[in-house]
Amino acid sequence: MTATLPERPAAAAAPPPAAPPAKRKIRRTPLTWYRGGGLANLLFVLPMVFVFFFFSWSPIVQSVIMSLQKTNLLVSEWVGLDNYLTVLTDPQLGRAVINTVYFAVLALLFGFPLPLFVAVLMSEVRRGKGLYSALAYLPVVIPPVVAVLLWKFFYSADPSGVFNTVLGWFGIPAQPWISSAVQAMPSLVLEATWAAAGGSIIIYLAALLSVPPELYDAAEVDGAGIWRKVWHVTLPQLRGILFIMLILQVIATAQVFLEPFLFTGGGPAGATKTILLYIYDKAFRNSLGGDYGEATAVSVLLAIVLAILSWLYFKLTNRWSTS
Amino acid sequence: MTTSITNAERREGMRGFLSRRGVGGGRKRDSIDDMAERSIVSASERRRPGTRFGMSLTHVFLFVSLTIAGLGPILWLAKSAVTPTQDTLQQPFALWPNGIDWANLSTAWNDIHIDQYFWNTIIIAAGAWFSQLFIATTAGYALSVLRPKYAPVLNALVLATLFIPGIVLLVPLYLTIVSPPLLGRDASMLNNYLAVWLPMAANAFNILLVKRFFDNLPREVFEAAKTDGAGPFRLFWSIVLPMSKPILGVVSVFAIIAAWKDYLWPKLVLPDPAVQPLSVRLPDVQSQTELDVFLAALAIATLIPIAMFLVFQSVFLRSAGLGGAVKG
Repeated sequence: MTATLPERPAAAAAPPPAAPPAKRKIRRTPLTWYRGGGLANLLFVLPMVFVFFFFSWSPIVQSVIMSLQKTNLLVSEWVGLDNYLTVLTDPQLGRAVINTVYFAVLALLFGFPLPLFVAVLMSEVRRGKGLYSALAYLPVVIPPVVAVLLWKFFYSADPSGVFNTVLGWFGIPAQPWISSAVQAMPSLVLEATWAAAGGSIIIYLAALLSVPPELYDAAEVDGAGIWRKVWHVTLPQLRGILFIMLILQVIATAQVFLEPFLFTGGGPAGATKTILLYIYDKAFRNSLGGDYGEATAVSVLLAIVLAILSWLYFKLTNRWSTS
Repeated sequence: MTTSITNAERREGMRGFLSRRGVGGGRKRDSIDDMAERSIVSASERRRPGTRFGMSLTHVFLFVSLTIAGLGPILWLAKSAVTPTQDTLQQPFALWPNGIDWANLSTAWNDIHIDQYFWNTIIIAAGAWFSQLFIATTAGYALSVLRPKYAPVLNALVLATLFIPGIVLLVPLYLTIVSPPLLGRDASMLNNYLAVWLPMAANAFNILLVKRFFDNLPREVFEAAKTDGAGPFRLFWSIVLPMSKPILGVVSVFAIIAAWKDYLWPKLVLPDPAVQPLSVRLPDVQSQTELDVFLAALAIATLIPIAMFLVFQSVFLRSAGLGGAVKG
């Protein structure tokens, strides 16, 4: 499937220039290979093969091997599924999985409807749409590390902290934000939502254009008001893209690292330690060399789950794009 | 590691290759700005006074909230970058109650060596840009135009990596850098920018994007060039690349922004502070830096991405928006 699919359009456009005629027997010598463009082909392919071999294909294979070994940099010994058994029975990993799922669920509750809502409102703006898009997209442009460090300051638990000052204007008492185990995770999700919403808004804006305007006319003739048109026409028409965005968001949130790492370092009391933080701690926290075997075992397990989601995403987009 | 740009990139890549159409076509570009006449609220509804009032209210609400959320933090950062620490701590929203402190910027730039990290960041971004563009164009050209017999195999191997999340590579890739295969620990690439540039170049999305674009270039032009005696290198450099500027722009923006944003990977492979980029350095200098100077450093780090966005706004928004056109 993956191999044949992208080949079609090019194959239809032109036969490969270097392909020899099918029937005639050609003696393959280095000279015919060279004249047929073999050397040039090789020169164009080699850089890609080089970087993919060393920095993609080989590490992928290695990660499976390493997850079955006890490794430090000098010696490795095979331990079978021991690493998997160790991490799967580690209550810390269970905690990390729960935290990650909690982050993902909160991100869906906060972050999923908001961009859609904003995009629907924005699609009705007649003038200055470019300005609105730019404003909405600005947070995406700020480097994530800067955004997190800035928000960390905003989240100051002090009554004169930035967010607490704003709450004070409305008579709401100061909140502890990221320094409390209860509020830490929602605070991280709030920042992550702010940082990512712009991209989703732009995508929904584009998707809203694909809704056939005749449907709105027909709904209006049937007596539907504005909100009923949104509910009964717009949302059903967007269900494809909504589902795709859902899967993409789950894939992204399952790998959340930057926010918990920089905001709280996994604290307070492990309340924001996510799966990626767990992997990082196993592999890199100890500067003398980490437990690479157990770290890769967790990575492989996570990768399998995410690969299934990617595959699902691939199947769905494929079906929708061909229909 | 998973930033929103890489997500946009992912969507973009998937869309390009799934919908079997060229990217960078003019249609979508227009359609984002150029709104269709008919939309959810019809013309007759717009004429009603109640709806009109509601629309104006929505308009104001939208503008105010987008400005607060989008522009607010940036303006606040710009203000605080030149405000003394005590004022920022005690009255975070007051506009310079005790005067402007321009010295913050120069202190950040010179004393905590933001200049050096800034320069490191630019080198990393430039190298990542070049390596990604080089690999994506040569590979896209080989897979789409030259098409040697083994192209389908390579194509499948590249596509397969799309399904493997980057996280699974973290540890083995790190060990590859510490002790490159065949070369051993003496050839360790730690603290070498190649350790950032080369893994970033192994980017399947870029190759897919570029290949998809090349697939849709008119073959007649290639045939004509070949008849005129152009070899594969000439064809690549003088025909294919000049025809592909839109997609090269998209890949360039993705590459530079991704390099500017990246945190975890450069932190791992560039342990020496002297070679670290801003994103890695900023969290580490925070504890030894006074707040006003630190905020000035944050502001400086934000400058280039914002400037790039303002200049290449259409490329950014088009790349982000293209991802949604899966059904189109």
